[in-house]
Amino acid sequence: MVEYILEPFDYDFFRRGLLAALMVGALGGLIGVYVVLRGMSYIGHGLSHAVIGGAVIGFTLNLNFYAGACALGVFAALTINKITQNSKIKPDAAIGIVTTAIFALGVAIISKLRNFKQNFEAALFGNILGITEQDLVIIALVTCFTVVTMFFTYRTLLFSTFDQEAACIFGINTGLAQLLFSLLLTLVIIVSLNVTGVTMVAATLIAPAMTARMLTDSFSKMVVYSTLIGAITGVAGLYLSYIFNVASGATIVLFSALLFSLSLLVKPLRSR
Amino acid sequence: MPSNSAVKLSDVTAGYERSILFAGLSLEIGAGRFTGIVGPTACGKTTLLKVMLGVHPLIAGSIRLHDAPAGRLRPNAVGYVPQLGGTDGHFPVTVEEVITMGLYTNGRIWPWLSKKERGRIQAIAHRLGILDCLRHPVGNLSGGQRQRAFLARALINNPKLLILDEPTSGVDIRTQHEILHLLNDINAEGITIVLTTHDLNAVASHLPWVICFNRGVVAQGRPNEIFTNEILTRTYGGDIVIVKHQGHLLIANSTPLNFADDNKW
Repeated sequence: MVEYILEPFDYDFFRRGLLAALMVGALGGLIGVYVVLRGMSYIGHGLSHAVIGGAVIGFTLNLNFYAGACALGVFAALTINKITQNSKIKPDAAIGIVTTAIFALGVAIISKLRNFKQNFEAALFGNILGITEQDLVIIALVTCFTVVTMFFTYRTLLFSTFDQEAACIFGINTGLAQLLFSLLLTLVIIVSLNVTGVTMVAATLIAPAMTARMLTDSFSKMVVYSTLIGAITGVAGLYLSYIFNVASGATIVLFSALLFSLSLLVKPLRSR
Repeated sequence: MPSNSAVKLSDVTAGYERSILFAGLSLEIGAGRFTGIVGPTACGKTTLLKVMLGVHPLIAGSIRLHDAPAGRLRPNAVGYVPQLGGTDGHFPVTVEEVITMGLYTNGRIWPWLSKKERGRIQAIAHRLGILDCLRHPVGNLSGGQRQRAFLARALINNPKLLILDEPTSGVDIRTQHEILHLLNDINAEGITIVLTTHDLNAVASHLPWVICFNRGVVAQGRPNEIFTNEILTRTYGGDIVIVKHQGHLLIANSTPLNFADDNKW
């Protein structure tokens, strides 16, 4: 029995995948708190599409995959923010227009060039068991950068998420906070693509944060809970996907949905 | 030569996209005053506050707060309390976390609080009567308690000027009375207070100085001097009745609906 339980750990690809799922899950949980509380739950889905479009555009310009993806991801996030700040367009509509336009540009380039060598399917559905040592290093670097940055900008991000106008009046540089948040979100989405894929990356951002929200009314606790739930979801989801021989990204998302459902049961108990 | 004004607007023109809300506005609010700005909906009261706070762009003119150009003043020299409905009531944040936000501009990069900062939070919460609520989610508080939490956030840095956007809206008459008395006590310590409100009766009985505003200053002075039928009609556009009762001013619309004659009620 113990051998059966520990069997997947004998494989290098599984251990690498597990580490990636742990870090990406925790990152999604951490940044997902701000995504959910800013009322931009759809942005994960939208930005993941923009990132794919950016990667393709980067490829045609002979740029590194990550450079193109990151540049267009940040561009999309800032454009969405600008549009929603200065007009009557709501965030969901702005996300829909901007990110699908960039994605469509990428698809158009792929259909025209026909020599796009990148694994488009892996980006769409995730390929966690194909994670390489180089991918792991990049995920670890993004994890360190994101955690350290969010630690030192915790106060700024909280205030500007809670009340952007008041934050500005109190002397917070909300423009810089938005730029930083967009950059971090784009980086997290890029490194999440190999784990869950474009189609499911939004769930890894939203589900842990929503589960944590059901468990606490304190922002600082929500950040800690969501990060832990994200990490546990990544690890447990990947392990279960191996045991039941089901697609990894889908299992991670289904497991996070299960935890969210359980938290809905816990919420009324807390209220008593 | 330094003037004795907390807020000084000179020839200010401001508005939105294609509509100018007020043009060539000059206004001075003396240091240490407790001033209420009243006027009808969409008359530019909130925009006027935002102009004072430096977050609404000017089309023309200039603003000085305590003799410094707006924006050059130390950010925490001005305290601000937003409208109660302006923030998400379901946002997971405790009273302590809200008050802590007032300390974010102090240049500390560590997210946790120092012992001294904790002491300041406890002291201000005690002073405003919300010490027992520090760990409570803001969304679970009554309107009055939530208003005190935001007031504590604004006061934590000992500002010279406190600006409040409709602090008496969304609370009952007793809470309104408590908030205005609290503000009166704060003003007595030398802090200049400027607030907007729709409640003329509360202003008449609690505030020493009022500005009647409708896309410009209609009149300003003590409530018992400027709350006249003529000035309020010019401010609000309708006929208004003013009654003096036991030294209080009571203000009402002159054409109420008459339900008494209608049998269906």
